[in-house]
Amino acid sequence: MSLIEAVLLTITTAATPLLLAAMGELVAERSGVLNLGVEGMIVMGAVVAFAIAQLSGNPYLGALCGAIAGCVFSLLFGLLTLTLVTNQVATGLALTILGLGLSGMIGESFVGEPGVQLEPIAIPLLDQLPLLGPLIFKQDAIFYLSILCVIGVSWFLFRTRLGLQLRAIGDSHGSAHALGISVIKTRYYAVMFGGACAGLAGAQLSLVYTPQWVENMSAGRGWIALALVVFASWRPLRVLAGAYLFGAVTIGQLHAQALGFGIPSQFLSALPYLATILVLVIISRNRRLTLMNTPASLGQSFVPDR
Amino acid sequence: MATQEPGHGDCLLEVRGLTKIFGELRANDGIDLEIRSSEIHALLGENGAGKSTLVKMLFGSLEPTSGQIIWKDKPVVISSPGQARALGIGMVFQHFSLFEALTVAENIALSMDDDVSIENIAEQAAVLSREYGLPLDPNAHVADLSVGERQRIEIVRTLLQNPELIILDEPTSVLTPQEADKLFETLEKIRSEGRSVLYISHRLEEVQRICDRATVLRHGKLTGDCDPRAETPASLATMMVGSEVKSVSNTGGNITDQVLIETKQLSAPARTPFAVELKDIDLTVRAGEIIGIAGVAGNGQSELFDVLSGEETTDNAGDLRICGTDAGRMGISARRLLGAGFVPEERHGHAAVSSMSLSENMVLARHMSDASTFLTGGPLKIIRYDAVKNASERIIKEMDVRMSGVDPEASSLSGGNLQKFIVGRELDRKPSVIIVNQPTWGVDAGAASRIRQALIDLADAGSAVVVISQDLDEIFEVATSIAVINEGRLSEAEPASDMTLERIGLLMGGIHGEDSPVGDTEMEAAHAH
Repeated sequence: MSLIEAVLLTITTAATPLLLAAMGELVAERSGVLNLGVEGMIVMGAVVAFAIAQLSGNPYLGALCGAIAGCVFSLLFGLLTLTLVTNQVATGLALTILGLGLSGMIGESFVGEPGVQLEPIAIPLLDQLPLLGPLIFKQDAIFYLSILCVIGVSWFLFRTRLGLQLRAIGDSHGSAHALGISVIKTRYYAVMFGGACAGLAGAQLSLVYTPQWVENMSAGRGWIALALVVFASWRPLRVLAGAYLFGAVTIGQLHAQALGFGIPSQFLSALPYLATILVLVIISRNRRLTLMNTPASLGQSFVPDR
Repeated sequence: MATQEPGHGDCLLEVRGLTKIFGELRANDGIDLEIRSSEIHALLGENGAGKSTLVKMLFGSLEPTSGQIIWKDKPVVISSPGQARALGIGMVFQHFSLFEALTVAENIALSMDDDVSIENIAEQAAVLSREYGLPLDPNAHVADLSVGERQRIEIVRTLLQNPELIILDEPTSVLTPQEADKLFETLEKIRSEGRSVLYISHRLEEVQRICDRATVLRHGKLTGDCDPRAETPASLATMMVGSEVKSVSNTGGNITDQVLIETKQLSAPARTPFAVELKDIDLTVRAGEIIGIAGVAGNGQSELFDVLSGEETTDNAGDLRICGTDAGRMGISARRLLGAGFVPEERHGHAAVSSMSLSENMVLARHMSDASTFLTGGPLKIIRYDAVKNASERIIKEMDVRMSGVDPEASSLSGGNLQKFIVGRELDRKPSVIIVNQPTWGVDAGAASRIRQALIDLADAGSAVVVISQDLDEIFEVATSIAVINEGRLSEAEPASDMTLERIGLLMGGIHGEDSPVGDTEMEAAHAH
């Protein structure tokens, strides 16, 4: 394995959790729900996935339970913001804080325990391709899922009637309700999908990236994922590109440190956020870009009038 | 025009004795209406005449209190918009319900019941829009489209459901004249196919231009059923604004020579394609005088209010003088400090913040002009809640505002009670100048007379009052002088006692009348197109 291959492989591994979490959040935000609890859902997914994998010895069962944990955690968010109409920003922040604390408590006995790794699955013939083979066709199941997720979400949002309805809700929940679309139900599904994706992203961290449990091991990836959705202006393919770009920055920062480049690592860690601010400035520059790219009812609670 | 079609008679929709009562208010009182096949039928009336209520009952969004709707010779009960659509009634709303971030085709697809693919809808919509001369690009995003284009989407969306009757709610109020011309061509095409159109408007000229018949409503009652082309604008206006004008109760006792509001040749360009340009407005209001400004909606009333109140400033400070000071470049608070008070037309979101309490709304309006009463001195300017509470209690008592609880949210009050509070908030300052726009729009009779009496009392106490209103009864009731606004021009104010309904009708229609005492140059100017 050449050095370039090794670097690219680590970039892929670093990008996958960002991609998954951001795709989930993208769907939730497209329906008009801003869930700032991504970090909390990732870390819950990570601890549950690690614990189940370690106890059962089956990493696949672990990954599945990680996704379910994220989903259940997001259901709490849905219950609070959609049914009880609490403020989405405050509730999301609370969810992150709760997730970080709760995962630390659950994972206390697992600290330092050896983990179970999710082994790569080689796809016959294709894995023999030079460079692309080991990079794309000899990966773990979660990587394949993350790519399928991008294709699936793109198809769902832009090719199906349900996807159209979901985007309509995000644009104007009042008008959507008037047309007879069920706003709250659709948002519940969108939030739960977001939770499952974040949970799976967490499972990738504790089963693939570094197969062990460390407290706060999500290490800010939830925030990067949130920034990524804005950076990608709510478009799935741009999320894919952005996730790999941000993944490359993360890895590049490690290599830059190792090679003793003069760039402070703090600057590189801040790059994703700086890029997001830049994108926001560009989008906000004119009304048309804002209208076209931002779900107009994002973050607003919806109470149907009777 | 009465083309007989096989299968159903001449009459497409018939309404008999339709009545809708909200509490005490008879919004519709025994309305009869007949719409024939392939005709464009106008529903005329001022704001609050009951047009929307009638149409909502026809479209199934409101349930009639009593009366009968007969569709193609069969009595029907229309209980939901879906049912109306199934019968063949389509509606284009005044305020569109479109999704800005989605494409035209996607917007149309969302309102279609069948599970048709988006590509198919795009194709159908493209064919239909070509056929009706409504150019639409199915792949364009709504956010990029003009209001006229958005209306086309709504019309195409309605036509795709293949209705026999299309209801259009004030369609031209948001259109430029060119867009309106295109709409009229479409409506004629729709009529030529044997479909009917119920066209709601208060613009006499367009009704005369395109409508075969007209039904006129006033205060919820039917006041006319005619062929608009056989009528004059003056006679139509008379049906709309009513003939039962009450005797003038206010001839003005003690008008002094002190001029408190003065504009000379005030002009203001239109700020949006849908706004009206103000042209050479001359207005002089003296202490003790109440000037009523009449006119059909959309002729520059709100633009005039904006300029007088300071929501829009004029080019030159001297264009407007309030209490002897050049105020044209001043903002609202500065004008309030001169002793002026303002009551805008929209109660919610303009005159009051719906989600805030009454006392907070009072502070919002008067924190500058009455800073010494409501705020403490010093840099922090802390609100003195005891003073605020006293003042709002005083207003509530003075204006007889009915409400539940102590200091409730503005949104919890009925329209009439909130309006009484808003007017009272201004009157409480004893302003030397007050400008009110549509003070009793959508307000019940009791509250309306309370508000009018308060305005008369204020003038008697020596203030100058401007009442902009579309309700002629109201204008005759309160005004000492009457002026008419038409297409952004204001006629010369004439003493209310000399004004006749015919003359106002002519000035409102903006059309020369042979039998009117023309010859005076103001009239010429007011009517020049």
